[in-house]
Formats: sequence, C-alpha cells, structure tokens
Amino acid sequence: MSALKNPRLLGTFAVVIVIAATPIFFAEQNYTMRVLTVGMCAAIAVYGLNIILGFTGQLSLAQGGFFGIGAYGVGLLTTDYDWSFWSAFIVTIIGTAVVGYLCGLIALRTKDEYFAIFTMAIGFIIFLVISRWESVTHAHSGVNNVKFPEGGGIVDFESPVAMFYLVFVILLVCIYVTHAIRRSSVGRTLLTIRTSEDLADAIGVRVGFSKQLAFAASAVLGGIGGGLYATVVGFIGPDSASIDKTFEFLMFILVGGMGTVAGPLLGSMIVTFLFELFQDFQAYRFIVLGPIIVALVIFAPRGIIGYLGGFIDRRARKRKIAEARRSSGGSAPETDSARVGTAARTDTERTGNDSTTSSAGSGTDPEETK
Amino acid sequence: MTLFIQQLFNGLALGGVYCLAAIGLTLVFGVLRIPNLAHGALYMLGAYLTYFFLTTIGIPYIAAIGIAAILLFVVGIGLERLVFHPLRNSPHTHHMIAAVGAMFFFQALAQAIWGADFRRMDTPITGELRILGAEISAQRIVIIVVAVIVLALLAWFIKRSIHGQTIEAIEQDRVGASLVGINPSMVSMLTLGLSALLATIAAGLVAPINLLSPTMGDALNLKVFAIIILGGLGSLPGAIVGGFALAIAETMTATYISSGVGEAVAFIVLVAVLAIKPTGLFTKAVQR
Repeated sequence: MSALKNPRLLGTFAVVIVIAATPIFFAEQNYTMRVLTVGMCAAIAVYGLNIILGFTGQLSLAQGGFFGIGAYGVGLLTTDYDWSFWSAFIVTIIGTAVVGYLCGLIALRTKDEYFAIFTMAIGFIIFLVISRWESVTHAHSGVNNVKFPEGGGIVDFESPVAMFYLVFVILLVCIYVTHAIRRSSVGRTLLTIRTSEDLADAIGVRVGFSKQLAFAASAVLGGIGGGLYATVVGFIGPDSASIDKTFEFLMFILVGGMGTVAGPLLGSMIVTFLFELFQDFQAYRFIVLGPIIVALVIFAPRGIIGYLGGFIDRRARKRKIAEARRSSGGSAPETDSARVGTAARTDTERTGNDSTTSSAGSGTDPEETK
Repeated sequence: MTLFIQQLFNGLALGGVYCLAAIGLTLVFGVLRIPNLAHGALYMLGAYLTYFFLTTIGIPYIAAIGIAAILLFVVGIGLERLVFHPLRNSPHTHHMIAAVGAMFFFQALAQAIWGADFRRMDTPITGELRILGAEISAQRIVIIVVAVIVLALLAWFIKRSIHGQTIEAIEQDRVGASLVGINPSMVSMLTLGLSALLATIAAGLVAPINLLSPTMGDALNLKVFAIIILGGLGSLPGAIVGGFALAIAETMTATYISSGVGEAVAFIVLVAVLAIKPTGLFTKAVQR
C-alpha cells in the first residue's frame, strides 16, 4: 500500500524540487523570475480554492475578490499609510479571515448553485467596492510603489531571486497546511460533504460549520496570495479583484487537478506560462483557452495530476489482477472475472482513503472502472 | 412626481429586458438543472449580432433583432450539444466551470471581431411620448411593448404548443417524461436555444440605450442570477416578478439615493434574500 502511495508523493516532491531549482537557471533573467513568482502567488490563492472546491466540492467564485482584498490590503497599508510590509501583511491576513468568516455566515446556508452564485455576487461586490471607492482605493489609477518586504539585515527582498524564495517558502507552508487540513478530521468531513451533502447532514456531520471553516480558510489563502502578489508586482489595479481573476484560478486548478496536493501548483505554473506565451494577443487568448477549459472539464476533469494518479492506480490494479490470475492458476472465466471485480473494489476503497486522489467519487469514475 | 413617473417607465423598460433574459436562464435551470453562467455572454453576442445586421448590413431594426435571435438559437443548441450534453452525468461544479470557459470564448470572439472599444448602436426609433407630464423615449415604450408580446407568446408556447409542453413535462418529471416518449436531449437543446433567443431579443432591445462592449454581459449575468434566485430557480412567474421588482428597485435607488447604490442593489437584495431564505423566495419543491 505504501508502495502505491509513493509515486504520488515522489511526484509532488519532484514538482517542488524542479520549481525550487529554477533560479539556478533563470537567476539572471529578472522577468522570468517575476513570472514564476507571480505564478506562485496565484498558486497560493488556488490552494485556497482547492480547499473549498477540491475538498468540499462547492464552487466558490469569490476567490478573485479575496485575492483583491489581500492585494489592496497590503498595497494601501504600505503606501498610503506607510506601514511596514510585514505588519500590513499580517493585518491583511486577519482582515481577509474576518471577511471570509462573515461571508461564510451566509454562504454556509446555501448550497450547490446557490452557493456558486452567492459567492459570485460576493466577488462582484468586492470588485465594485475596489473599483468605485475612489477616495480609499484610488479606483482605476490603482496603487503604485507597493513596498518590498523588509529583510532582517541579511536578506534583501528587492532582488527577484530573494522574492522568489520568500514566496516559495510561504507557498510550501500553505501547501503543507492544506494537506494537513485534508488529513485531519475536518478534511474528512469536507470530503463527506463533497460526496453527498444530504448524506453528510443525515449522519450528523456539521455541514454548515465545516463549510464555513473551509470558506474562511480559502479566503485567507486568497488574501495571502494577493498580498504577496501586490509586493511582487509593485503595482495593483482593480483588475486584481475582478471575476476574471477567479476564473483564471479556476483554470489553474482544472489543469493541475482538483483536490490533489501538487495539482494547483503545477496548474498555476503551466497556465501562467501559457498566459505569458499568449501575452501579445492577451485579449484573444480565450479563443483558444476557453475551448481548452471546456475540453478539460469534459475529457480530463481530474487535471494533469488526477490523470497521472489514475494512471498509477490503473497500473497498480493491473498488477493486482495479474497477481490474482497467477495465484489462481488459470481458473474458470467466471471466478476470474469475480476476482477482477474484487481487486477493483479493494482498489477503489484504497483510492477513497488516499490523501492525494482527486475529483468526486474517483472510485466510481467511469474512466476508472473501464 | 414627473420624475417618479419617468423613472417608473425607465424601470419598466429595464424590467422587460431583465425578464426576457431571466426567463431564458430559469427555463434552462428548470430543464437542465444547471445555472448557465454563459448566459450573459449569449446576451452580449446577441447585442453584437443585432448591431452587425442593423449597422453594418443595414437591415431594419426589428428584422435585425429577429435574424440575430435565430442565429443565437442555433448557438444555444450548439452550446448544449458541445458543452452541456457531454457533461450531463458530471457534478454540478463541472457544468459551471465549462459554462465559464464558453463565456470566455464568446467574449474573446466578440473582442476579436468587434474590438474592445465601446460601440454605440443607433436605433431608427426616435421621438418621445408625453405621459402625465413625463417624457418617455419611444425606444423604452418599444421595449416594454415587445417584452410583453414576447412574454405572452412564450407563455402560449409553453402552455399550448406540443414542444413547449415537452419543456414543462421535463421540468416536472424527467423520468416520467422520458417514459411517455419525450426525448430529454431534444428538449434540452430546444430550451437552450430558446433561452439564447430570448436573451438576444432582450439585448437587441436594450442595445440602443446602452453601449456595447464584449463584457457588457457580465453585470447582466449577475443581475439575472440575482433575479432568478429571488424568484426561485426554475420558476417562470418568479422570474417575471423578480425581474420587474429588481429593475424598479434599481432605477429608484439610482434616482433617489445614488447610482452606485443602484448598481449594487441587486447584490444587496441577493445577499439579503439568501441570508433569510437560502433557497430563494418562491422556490417550488425541486426534486433531484
């Protein structure tokens, strides 16, 4: 069993190590370092989305709004009020937690499409406030010269590489936290809600409370991502809170794989680079990317990591079946197929408990059982 | 008082537009059980096609709306076939994400063809009517009249015609309807086509008053969702009542309080309604 789990863990480590090593090759290219760092800022917010969408199965469309609150919190506090980055960052995180909790108070009462539309409205209200409240947020002129984080004398965060590693370390902490949430009893509660909210309710799971917790956690990660984004880019406009941002995050998580550990990171990095490739015709990129989103949802709803995970599972199952065949020594076809059925079933059970499997009901996925 | 009457008519005209857009959305929800997040993009596409036929080709206004509506009917069918049909057994979140992908595609397409700049569409319908001292533009009267006619036709179509009745049958009981020989995927296609057609009529009617832009559907999208949640997802009378109520609330707050509040009133109402009753005001019992 542990042997089966290893490929996934190895994969996650591989992704992390590859990203950690990139500055060795690109340290001289400030632009590439910035793109990578921005991609990781987005990845933090995507891990937030992963908690609510990947674990709980509720589509939150407010993530862009929370990202915007984070960005503007850090941006405005460090420029207009001349706070240090770190105090602004901490206050902003607390702020998004409070806003997330308050929104969750209502959000926890709704479910499915009501939840999606409600969170979309929250996202839009946040965007409206940011883009219209000129006296505080400067509306369309945005915020300039957001401060870099202060180093402790030894480190100077003005270099792109140092900034890269700062974001990278925070990202790793966030990944670890989401992973820990996933493995905790709260995480299991969230998975139960994803499988069936009514069932979860019936067996005594505190659906509302868990959803509220997940929502607040996802808001906090959105705020952290936004706050880091503001300091990495140095300039923010209302765009950073728009609903398009939410949809970008959705695409990141879709490409990587919902509910997986490495998926959001991988998806964020790949799509960020795709966006950079398409930068010259930024407005039209969705002529290509829109159908890609649709095709992904239809043909690979579990993303790259989910697909690889499925591949690993299938190989493991084949091996199990082969072992079963060998031990039975060419028995009658009926018993053989019965054995295959058992092997598949135990595999499903195992998948259900594995921490890194993606997408709702992966065991019952038609692609899987084929 | 004059101002009030004027704003009341503005509200009614806006309400007509909201109703047409919201009814399409609520029909789709009733039949396919999905909130079509691409609805605003269909509305936007309808507005641009009307603009294209009216301004670029030079077809009369009402005919231009008609042709655009028929084209969008086809687009709606295509959307059902290519996007929603393959996903019919997937979790709800997948539908919504796919709809978002389709929405982005439509927006980028419109931007590629017509550019990102705002466009103004002139209407041949000019002039003003004086009602109780208030001046109402003829365009707004046309919106109200056309909206009422279309709503009446739609009501007739759903209640009296065979195809319309299949929509209602599927809404009420999908399995039962299939058992008596109704093809659910045909009905789904018809419903999405119809919803795109209604959105186009709404867009074509309102386009001369508003400016056109590839993202013009975004705000409407949120508002019609607020309306159908207000009226209860899948409920036709709810969509009509919600549409007019929200439009009048919006124009009145914009006039008497501030335009910013007017813009946000839909969402304030939405949040308030969901806080009090998480499943909407007029929700009928929906079985899954």
